Amino acid sequence: MRLILTLIFLAMIAFVLVATVAEMPTFGDPGNPTNNEVPQRYIEGAVEETGALNVISSIIMDYRAFDTLGEATVLFLAIIGALATLKAH
Amino acid sequence: MIDFADVAMRLFENMYYLVSVILFVIGFHTMLTHSNLIKKVIGMNIMDTAIFLFFVSTGYVQGGVAPIIEPGVEQAYINPLPTALILTGIVVAVSVTAFALSLVVKIYEHYGTLDAEEIMRIRSTES
Amino acid sequence: MEDLIVRMVSRIVVPFIQVYGFYVILHGHLTPGGSFSGGAILGSSMILFALAFNLERGAKKLSHETSTIVECAGAGWFAILGLVGIYMGQNFLTNKEAGFYMGAPGDLVSSGAIVLITLGLGLKVASTVVTLFYSLIEVEGDAHD
Repeated sequence: MRLILTLIFLAMIAFVLVATVAEMPTFGDPGNPTNNEVPQRYIEGAVEETGALNVISSIIMDYRAFDTLGEATVLFLAIIGALATLKAH
Repeated sequence: MIDFADVAMRLFENMYYLVSVILFVIGFHTMLTHSNLIKKVIGMNIMDTAIFLFFVSTGYVQGGVAPIIEPGVEQAYINPLPTALILTGIVVAVSVTAFALSLVVKIYEHYGTLDAEEIMRIRSTES
Repeated sequence: MEDLIVRMVSRIVVPFIQVYGFYVILHGHLTPGGSFSGGAILGSSMILFALAFNLERGAKKLSHETSTIVECAGAGWFAILGLVGIYMGQNFLTNKEAGFYMGAPGDLVSSGAIVLITLGLGLKVASTVVTLFYSLIEVEGDAHD
């Protein structure tokens, strides 16, 4: 009984997701809504403003370095949480 | 009413998104059905991987190469922004998995079993 | 585990894995890679050493206190590099206007604060992986295999 309810629920979720995927823009289209002027600015200004040849490195460490600081904090919190859980008497 | 050949053609063009939806449903089914705690953690990891695949594959440009600039060669590069955002997401997924596994270790020490239904039965009889 | 072939092969292979991890971390601004994948490779080499030999010999190579200090130092190094930008009169975490050394694009010593941040984050991720492994393995109680 629970198995049949689970399968019906999963089928509904899968149907909604597949119907959304069929309406998305074509894969690999240069006219995507995600290819607006922001990535063009990052690619063109990467070598003069940061000096790094790897564009993704200059994005995560120069243009958006604050997000990398938040992510180092998340790593730190994971260690603190795991150690505090395992070493409690 | 619904043109099945048209829908199937569009799904075949967006094959990467369709595969990521299939992976997401597989991970969700693993998390709901099995009663072993470690299998539920593995299911959560599979769902995370499906979301990363979906997000990164929105940045592909036809005929583009990896965004390592060679000085003097004019090329079309792919969109680097979704890849840079998912790097942070991968680290968050690893941290959540590590914390969940440490909680599973403490649960096993306290109850002596890894079965979710056994644990619920033990908790309902102890006062 | 006490197997002779595993011990002999891992004794040969572990230095190469560490050199490759350092290469991926140091060339983070020129080739694909960077701090997170290089730190994971470096941490996996220490886990391989601790699994092939005893846990006591692995803990003597990289003890618990050392990995904790390295991890906190990596996070603090990142914050200090951001505060240099405020000291020079610009915003927090600036690279070129804050006076870091920018060489020619394509050299190893170039692009200012990116190399320094990559080194700090790479060591931090490696020590995170090693600390998680040691704390999950050494759980007392009826720990047997």
